[in-house]
Amino acid sequence: MSITVKFFASIREKIGKAEDIVESDKVSQVSEVWSLCAAQPKPANLLAAVNQEYVTWEHPVRDGDEVAFFPPVTGG
Amino acid sequence: MEIRVQEGVFDPWKELAVWQDRIAMSGKCGATGVFVGTLRDFNDGQVVKGLTLEHYPGMTEKHLEKVCEDAGTRWQLLDTLVIHRHGPIHTGDPIVLVATWAAHRRDALEACRYIIDELKTRAPFWKKETLADNGMRWVDPGS
Repeated sequence: MSITVKFFASIREKIGKAEDIVESDKVSQVSEVWSLCAAQPKPANLLAAVNQEYVTWEHPVRDGDEVAFFPPVTGG
Repeated sequence: MEIRVQEGVFDPWKELAVWQDRIAMSGKCGATGVFVGTLRDFNDGQVVKGLTLEHYPGMTEKHLEKVCEDAGTRWQLLDTLVIHRHGPIHTGDPIVLVATWAAHRRDALEACRYIIDELKTRAPFWKKETLADNGMRWVDPGS
């Protein structure tokens, strides 16, 4: 399956890329997407979204999903 | 209801004037709640020269809409306007405008406060400040 992965703000800088594509049948949840793309421990307070909705670390992922990782938000 | 996330500078007072005239004409409006957030030149003990606002296109708009819809279920509102900038911002520039129109002040004021507070915790925006020595830092949540 194919998953689009996006990184924002300080996480994008840490990982060194804004976007990635995961082509693997071995990932079934968000935490595994992080491990595969980031190759580093999960930062404290890391947030995740699947298809632009906030999700938990254990949330399942499916073919065609858009997964995003980012730090706590600071708008307004 | 209108949600706008834009890169360019905007004048919140001109935007408000247009909306106010239109909504007041209906005769139903008794109260306007307004919040304008502006970039100040200090934060967390340091001089701030400017900042860059990053966002998640699509998700940001979606969550701003949800926040406004939630407000609309909790208070009696006639209309809601949210404008939020992204990209480079100079000190003194408006960053965000939240405006709510209602028949009564309690609805307008409480909904306006709810929207700006929820926006700050739910809408995916990230501020990166440029300091006096041209160093840059990501802003901590809550500051």
